[in-house]
Amino acid sequence: MPVITLTINDELVSARSGQSLLEAIRDHGIDLPTLCHLDGLSARGGCRLCLVEVAGSPRLLPACTTEAVEGMVVTTHNERIDRYRRMILELTFAERNHTCAVCVSNGHCELQALAAELGMDRVRYDYLNPDLGLDTSHRLFGVDHNRCLLCLRCVRVCDEVEGAHTWDVAGRGIASRVITDLNRPWGQSESCTECGKCVEVCPTGALFDKGASVGEMEKESRFLRRILDGREKRQWRR
Amino acid sequence: MTTDKRKIRLATAWLGGCSGCHMSFLDLDELLIELAGRVDLVYGPLVDAKQFPEEVDLTLVEGAVTNVDNLQLARIIRSNSRVVVGFGDCAVTGNVTSMRNRIPVRDLLTAVYRQARAPIGEEALKDLPALLQQALPLHQAIAVDVCLPGCPPSPERIAAVVTALLDGEPVALDAAMRTFG
Ligand code: SF4
Ligand code: SF4
Ligand code: SF4
Ligand code: FES
Repeated sequence: MPVITLTINDELVSARSGQSLLEAIRDHGIDLPTLCHLDGLSARGGCRLCLVEVAGSPRLLPACTTEAVEGMVVTTHNERIDRYRRMILELTFAERNHTCAVCVSNGHCELQALAAELGMDRVRYDYLNPDLGLDTSHRLFGVDHNRCLLCLRCVRVCDEVEGAHTWDVAGRGIASRVITDLNRPWGQSESCTECGKCVEVCPTGALFDKGASVGEMEKESRFLRRILDGREKRQWRR
Repeated sequence: MTTDKRKIRLATAWLGGCSGCHMSFLDLDELLIELAGRVDLVYGPLVDAKQFPEEVDLTLVEGAVTNVDNLQLARIIRSNSRVVVGFGDCAVTGNVTSMRNRIPVRDLLTAVYRQARAPIGEEALKDLPALLQQALPLHQAIAVDVCLPGCPPSPERIAAVVTALLDGEPVALDAAMRTFG
């Protein structure tokens, strides 16, 4: 595969042509915050946390959906980028109802951890306090729209890996909601195979095992790489 | 310790919270004794003062701003304190106190006081301070200098923040000490 050269944080770096900027940056050992991205799923560019500066572009670009190109000059961290990342997190918290203290994912949540890591000490926007529901009609799992950040990992893993495509999105913009089977209660879904992949990849407390109480929902999204390596590379390991 | 140095005037306040943050403060254990040597506790649920005093150096405020009394006290706190700390998640994010925000105040009062078979009924409403339409995080009511997250913040977090502020140093909690929840 042809090799390209680009500059990341003032350092000359080689990458494989066709790689995303995110892959090139991470291969180089630099940590970039992501939420909607998950290794093994298609790129979506939804959460905007992976924004980076690319010389010549007046706006910040999401690294996960930008292709690494020969000669690019990229900055992954500086005062401006950090500020934008914090604002994005604040907007995420303001848009739904996050009450970490009483959340199933308290202590194991990617959103909660990122907020602390990126120094979001408060939300400066008005909280929208939307009136959102909970669907616990499924035998095994529940979905709490209060905690959903529309990363669509559930939609992608169900479609791309499990092949069931139970999940979708209804509505637009602020009214968007993840739905199951053309908006029937999850418990009545005929396509759901009950595999639980969506629950495991969900970065927040939005999808959970029924019966999990505060802080009890621990997820393990690395299973995905494991099963994909088995499927694609015939490499089997635990 | 120099005796001529003026003691730091510390206040704590309890707005719309469960008092859990104050309980965690009491869990500072030995540090409380050290604190007693450095500060004058001039106001709060732990002391008897009725009025929020003037010229306070440092005030820890627990709880969200959920009613008109909270709002009035928050404003006095701001004008009389040099440094205001949002003490715990309710003050910082609204947290549990703000879970009522999606319910209209009238429906809330009906469910809790008019319809519930509780020992306290409708007669309480005339004595209660009026609820604001929304429970607000403290910084949406007054300017807040430092946020101390956690529900409640662990004694370690409280110690780190209070010690830094008393020493006049910048507050620098590491990521593991900055989480909500
Ligand atoms: S989903 Fe995460 S950020 Fe949201 S309330 Fe739960 S623990 Fe907090
Ligand atoms: S339910 Fe979870 S995985 Fe699905 S979009 Fe919401 S946050 Fe993402
Ligand atoms: S942050 Fe938690 S402990 Fe503190 S007042 Fe609120 S509910 Fe209580
Ligand atoms: S990880 Fe790139 S936009 Fe979400």
